[in-house]
Amino acid sequence: MESKVRKALRNPFALTIIAIILGFIIAMFILAVAGFPPFKSVGILIKGMLGTPKDFTAVIIKSTPIIFTGLGVAFAMKTGLFNIGGEGQYMVGCIAAVAIGSWLDFPAPLQIIFTVLAAVLASALYAGLVGLLKAKKGIHEVISSIMLNWIALYLNNWFTNTNFYHKPNTMGSYPVRESAYTMILPQWKRSEAGLAVLRNNKFLLQVLGRNDVNVGFIVAIAASVLVTWILTRTRKGFELRAVGSNIHAARYTGIDVEKNMIQSMMISGALCGLGAAFYITGQQPHLLNTLSSSENIGFNGLSVAFIAQNSPIGCIFAGLLFGGLLYGGATLQSQLGAPTEIINIIIGVIVFLVALSILIPRFLDTHTKKEKPQEVTAKEKEKKKGAGNV
Amino acid sequence: MAEVSNEYAVQMHGITKSFGSFYALTDVNLDVKKGTIHSILGENGAGKSTLMNVLYGLYQADSGRIYLNGKEVSIKNPTAAIENGIGMVHQHFMLVDTFTVTQNIVLGAESTKGGIALDMKKAKANVLELVAKYGLDVNPDALVRDITVGMQQRVEILKALYRGCETLILDEPTAVLTAQEIDDLIKIMKALIKDGKTIIIITHKLKEIQASSDECTIIRRGHYIDTVPVKGVSEDELAEKMVGHAVKLVVEKTPAKPKETVLDIQGLYVKNDQGLDAVKDFNLQVHSGEIVGIAGIDGNGQKELMQAVNNLVPSTKGTIKINGHEIQNHTPRYGQDHGMSIIPEDRHKDGLVLSFSCYENAILEKYRDPKFNPGFTIDRKKMVEFTEKLIKQYDIRPETCGPVYAGALSGGNQQKIIIGREIANDPKLLIAIQPTRGLDVGAIETVHRTLIEERDKGVAVLLISYELDEVMQVSDRIAVMYDGHVQAIFKQGEVDNRQIGLVMAGGSIDGK
Repeated sequence: MESKVRKALRNPFALTIIAIILGFIIAMFILAVAGFPPFKSVGILIKGMLGTPKDFTAVIIKSTPIIFTGLGVAFAMKTGLFNIGGEGQYMVGCIAAVAIGSWLDFPAPLQIIFTVLAAVLASALYAGLVGLLKAKKGIHEVISSIMLNWIALYLNNWFTNTNFYHKPNTMGSYPVRESAYTMILPQWKRSEAGLAVLRNNKFLLQVLGRNDVNVGFIVAIAASVLVTWILTRTRKGFELRAVGSNIHAARYTGIDVEKNMIQSMMISGALCGLGAAFYITGQQPHLLNTLSSSENIGFNGLSVAFIAQNSPIGCIFAGLLFGGLLYGGATLQSQLGAPTEIINIIIGVIVFLVALSILIPRFLDTHTKKEKPQEVTAKEKEKKKGAGNV
Repeated sequence: MAEVSNEYAVQMHGITKSFGSFYALTDVNLDVKKGTIHSILGENGAGKSTLMNVLYGLYQADSGRIYLNGKEVSIKNPTAAIENGIGMVHQHFMLVDTFTVTQNIVLGAESTKGGIALDMKKAKANVLELVAKYGLDVNPDALVRDITVGMQQRVEILKALYRGCETLILDEPTAVLTAQEIDDLIKIMKALIKDGKTIIIITHKLKEIQASSDECTIIRRGHYIDTVPVKGVSEDELAEKMVGHAVKLVVEKTPAKPKETVLDIQGLYVKNDQGLDAVKDFNLQVHSGEIVGIAGIDGNGQKELMQAVNNLVPSTKGTIKINGHEIQNHTPRYGQDHGMSIIPEDRHKDGLVLSFSCYENAILEKYRDPKFNPGFTIDRKKMVEFTEKLIKQYDIRPETCGPVYAGALSGGNQQKIIIGREIANDPKLLIAIQPTRGLDVGAIETVHRTLIEERDKGVAVLLISYELDEVMQVSDRIAVMYDGHVQAIFKQGEVDNRQIGLVMAGGSIDGK
């Protein structure tokens, strides 16, 4: 029994789950201290996330951009780069999507392709600049990306207020054209025939009718599979990981370290750009607004990558958790009047506990109880036999 | 296994330690008499360091008992070890570079005035007392970053003594020292013994065991082999016990048959980190079918020369040609594409990605060969096949290491992966920089034999080593590097160690 617990504690996936559950327990304490009924609050929070198909669909939609930025951060991390600039890259992606998507006027598939490509390319180049500065001049990526985050924010505000793009009497720009929308069946669900079907199917009504369901989440899953494949199976991924794991050996054995750094940043940026593209084309209001501060999509991506411990597939689940907490937190706020800060504290506690959980296997190594070797070998023999039978 | 008695400072009986399914130690015994120097001899990966880490409380044994002065103890952590009078000097020093010698020694065991204020005066006096008592000559006020490696080792020894250690463990203490420093260390060890201390020294250098120790315990692949008195045992006997078969301590080879020039370095200049010329007007040719060794004291431009040859730093003047192609001031890849393979000096930093599996490390260069991986992806089947072949060919242990991360292997086996990988490139020029650093005699023999085999296949081999014996025994021609240039070139057997030592120090031999 003891060894089963220990085994679980060495499994990073199990550890993360334990950390998340613990996070909720601590959150309940915090809620209680703040004067909210803990069990009821968590109930509302979870119900807000998963209560109805509509809620869960909304969570998926809310999560999609942060899954992308999380993927971007995780990818850079796997290759030894700390991309704290996801925020700026995401914003630049949004700007490019609006710039192209509201200006060009092509039929649907072309308009979508151009808009998405514009966002991906802009974000990739913006991140590539960080890689270039690091590769050629040795400027640390954290410093340059923080600066570029601010530049992106003000670029957003300047762009939104240019004569060509600013929509008069609003705080925002013109939206992208409808031909660039990536929602699933946007026209059909508002047509007579569509409405008739939806009225008869409550589930579909909730999923499709009440939300901006878009293809972004499907693309995010595809992207995380693709990223996993690139990293583990391809020559490029092998190079990128070698540079990330030991830059000296990579250089010594003839890998072009500088080129790989730039490429890694560009791929990381492109993933953030995909998030931006599907946010602009897939969700209301399809436009840019003048912002007083960052929207934290890129920064939340850092937390997502961290909870996922840089596993691309893990980013999907971590992103859903994160999006769920943000969305469910809004319910908590509206129903109990709990401030949004409480939700942010819960998220912070979870991230903190995940960080702590990384230490547990190390703790186990130094505090392992003495076992007699004969027993161990006997157990192992049994295991081998068992495995053989399977 | 000796009976438990207080005549022994340390007794470890039936120690077994496993890491997962791998047994680092199986039923190992160690009996160290009080007031003696006891060596632990074994190949890389035999379990010497693991055994000492168990004694120092860094690892917990799965089973077995530890007795100090005849009393059974349980050592849960290094703090408990220190309380029991055990001190350890690790292979890699644990000092704070920007602190003074005294500050480093008292760190964690500071004497205070009234429990709060540091009493550095008293600390310094205590340190000076120890320095005088054992001849541990160091300046207590010098910054650690300013003193030599040998001095830093003395600081580590002082640290242990300051904490009142009675038994001192030295983990491969001579690996980083010069010949003179080794002599000094042995003197210090003798002084400590005279004062009633006990010393356990981990090593695989047979000469030093003979020069320093009273008794020697031999461990092979995690098993206890024997404990012998050092007097009256020959080096060959010790070596045989250590590796389990007779070892050739002298390198055997046929005369070289040099052919065309492969490596041609002309008038090369390279700057060091400080912007000074570290390599000045360096000229050297290496021919196909010969081994040229570069002898020299560390710091005479060898490092910069090798960095320039591998295009890690620019050359300011001169040419480096491989078979007539100029390769200087290109990329590392360019030299490799022209037939150069390098076994780097620092295998952890430059040779391996320690967190990668042995499979992945084995193909660290091969992966980009279009014949090996024609498509976008890594051909995993080929990767496994290729690595398994290397494991068999070079006897890399454990044989199941393929999917294990390279950091888990012992130094010798890590080196074998690098050597196997580099030779699999079919180089025209093979450069080996300190290829046997930190390896045991068995592994050294393999490395030297491999270099000679490559030579006989017609490869041009360049060997850079700070171990004069190695250069003298393996090389067909010996170039002495001094102050950035070749001071003199000798054929093997033309001069002896003493004469070449003179040239290494900047002198000259008549007529040269």
